Amino acid sequence: MPESCVLSPADRAVDELVASLSRRGYTVIGPRLRDGAIVLEEIEGATSLPVGWSDDQEAATYRVRRHDERSLFAYAVGPQSPRRYLTPPRKTLWSAVRTERGFTIDEQQPAAPDYAFIGVRACELAAVGIQDKVLRDGPHPDPVYARARERAFFVGVNCGHPVATCFCTSMGTGPQVTAGHDLAVTELLTDGAHQLLFEVGTERGAEVLAELQTNVQWRPATDADFAALQQILDATAVQMTRRLDPVAARDVLINNLEHPRWDDVASRCLSCTNCTLVCPTCFCSAVEDVGSLDGERADRVQRWDSCFTLGHSVLHGAGSVRGDTRSRYRQWLTHKLSTWWDQFDVSGCVGCGRCITWCPAAIDITKEVAAIAEGQDL
Amino acid sequence: MPVDVGALSQAEPVDRLGGPMVPTRYEVVSRHQETADSVTLALMPVDAPIADPTPGQFTMLYTFGVGEIPISVSGCPQREGALLHTIRGVGATSRALCALEPGAVVGVRGPFGVGWDVSAAEGSDVLIVAGGIGLAPLRPVIREVLTHRDRFGRVAILIGARTPGELLYTEQIAQWRSVPDVHVDVTVDAATRGWSGNVGLITMLLDPLPVTATAASVFLCGPEVMIRVTSRNLVDAGTDPDRIFVSLERNMHCAIRQCGHCQLGPLFVCADGPVVTWTAAGPLLAVRRW
Amino acid sequence: MNTITIRDLLAEQAVLHDLPAADLDLIAGCARNQYFTPGAFLAREDTDANQFFVIREGKVALEMHSPTGSLLMETLGRGELVGWSWLFEPYRWVFDVEVVAPTRAIVIDSACLRDKCDADAEFGYRLMKRFARVIADRLQTTRVRLLDLYGGGNAR
Repeated sequence: MPESCVLSPADRAVDELVASLSRRGYTVIGPRLRDGAIVLEEIEGATSLPVGWSDDQEAATYRVRRHDERSLFAYAVGPQSPRRYLTPPRKTLWSAVRTERGFTIDEQQPAAPDYAFIGVRACELAAVGIQDKVLRDGPHPDPVYARARERAFFVGVNCGHPVATCFCTSMGTGPQVTAGHDLAVTELLTDGAHQLLFEVGTERGAEVLAELQTNVQWRPATDADFAALQQILDATAVQMTRRLDPVAARDVLINNLEHPRWDDVASRCLSCTNCTLVCPTCFCSAVEDVGSLDGERADRVQRWDSCFTLGHSVLHGAGSVRGDTRSRYRQWLTHKLSTWWDQFDVSGCVGCGRCITWCPAAIDITKEVAAIAEGQDL
Repeated sequence: MPVDVGALSQAEPVDRLGGPMVPTRYEVVSRHQETADSVTLALMPVDAPIADPTPGQFTMLYTFGVGEIPISVSGCPQREGALLHTIRGVGATSRALCALEPGAVVGVRGPFGVGWDVSAAEGSDVLIVAGGIGLAPLRPVIREVLTHRDRFGRVAILIGARTPGELLYTEQIAQWRSVPDVHVDVTVDAATRGWSGNVGLITMLLDPLPVTATAASVFLCGPEVMIRVTSRNLVDAGTDPDRIFVSLERNMHCAIRQCGHCQLGPLFVCADGPVVTWTAAGPLLAVRRW
Repeated sequence: MNTITIRDLLAEQAVLHDLPAADLDLIAGCARNQYFTPGAFLAREDTDANQFFVIREGKVALEMHSPTGSLLMETLGRGELVGWSWLFEPYRWVFDVEVVAPTRAIVIDSACLRDKCDADAEFGYRLMKRFARVIADRLQTTRVRLLDLYGGGNAR
């Protein structure tokens, strides 16, 4: 069985891929056009994808637009990432049930489905790897996340359509899918043909691909196919004008905790939490008690939290440590780009650009870092 | 590895889905009112007990339908026969915990964090400095040091409180005073009727220093301002900042370095602390609102 | 046209005005006039205390920072002298001094002035007396505030 092959037509390959993964018990999640944005939802086949759609993104701007009518993956990342499914925004950890003298603990919760993700970009896979370090690889793994990760199947897509907010090349996380995938796909769209180049990442990926080869027309990949892939990757890299140096940013931020730029960005930041909710690596969560009306049951519900909320840094019975926007923005950026290294030996940023696109105030972390670094040899 | 299609397709329920976030139940076996707003609860396990804590570690205490908060261990079950927690009622959950009567059931997770390594101080002088509720986590340290008094050089316990009425463990302080060759001194910020002890900031108990500054291991807990002032005084007096061990407070919420709330610069205080050296803490505490 | 010099500004300050003219000349050689906007810090806890200030107009706050915000001890305004950490080793500020209203202050370089005090002990003595008086006044008012008089006082 070859490690790579070319399947065509592309839409039929996707249909069979979804069918094969469904037969294996996966809930298949992929990009879908909804409400003017490309979101991640359950998909049934190629027609579920945003066929013929692309997107434009800039700071505080997101628009979908028509593209080549056949294209399947001609867009960048939307507001959601696999994080949405691997660590759900809201989940019940356990429940306390009142008894005569106290309470009992109910840990029975319905299990999450096994997810297969289709169309995942290299930056997304890098983000999953970072969340692994936080939620799975520490001394106290999150069992829901660990289970979801163990079972998740990833079909990566080599990115041929970056938007203006992307900067994965400078972060070393893209545009090529190189790790974390079961299968990698490159969309080869020419006047004459619409093919998908498949590359195998894992054995279970190879098994799925082998099954596709029994149902879809295929041929071994050639040097010409890989040349086409390289051409796509080169073009993508060239289009990325934003950049960030992840190693230099680490030092420049931690060495400038009182820089006047923090006041400047605080005057623009709305503390709305958007950046942290669209970020594929942000992991903060909070647990709250949700009681039943009769007071007999209390669910311990874990939900996504954000360092932009006042409650995030609250000390019990006192106030918040980070009571102003300046300190909250500084926490977000210094954690993401600097202290994340201390904690997890990696930057917390993958260069997906979501925090720039979805910031209603058009704050651009690459510009903020550059402003703080100005005159400091970044 | 071949994929086991059958296993994947089953959506079986998962036990212990909360994992490390699920507590063990403990019963309140006694309640002692320490001050107007603080209470010591003695807890015994209903389910399998948590691991034995070390001095300076904390647990997460849950009370039904209200919430869960970090409380430092003020008595280790292996020494006291029960898990002791002194709680000051300052918020909804802590007030609910303070109001519990014997027989009530709470949830306990832990023990968590890095505590005070008392055995590492053997052979040196020991200076214990506690301010306010900061005496609660230091009580197990004092217990260890006094139990093995002969292993240490000079030993001093310095305690500060806002008023005499807010002084914790007054009976035990009297006991500690009766131990030979242990220096115990107490001061309050403001006196009230009947108080005949010291009145003044806790730093006044540092001068003259009752231990040898250059030979001392220091265990320090109290409000952050007090930690800063005391640590700097001691460093100025010649104490090695690597041997000043301070206990930090941030928003410990999950206690397993996953929720992000307790960060102080690079630290997850819940796991990298709460006890850290002044060498580590000093630069972090110098940054406002971090 | 008359130009107002830093020497003139020093002579206007109640805390200094009756010093001998030669003393004011010495201080003027170490001083400059500066404007501070609210939010600026004249001093930061545990940093080098290499200046002190005489407030010409405005208001500054003596603070210590706590995890949940700044704890304000006292405000100082027009005519008041701010900072004596420069007098004693290790010359480190103990408190924060934050500007809370637009402030004009005379800023005196402390290393410069310490050298002059060391070179001229009588000048140094006269200056120390000024500082001792200010320090004693502040200590006395602080002690009375500790009594919590409006709260009924702390009778024993």
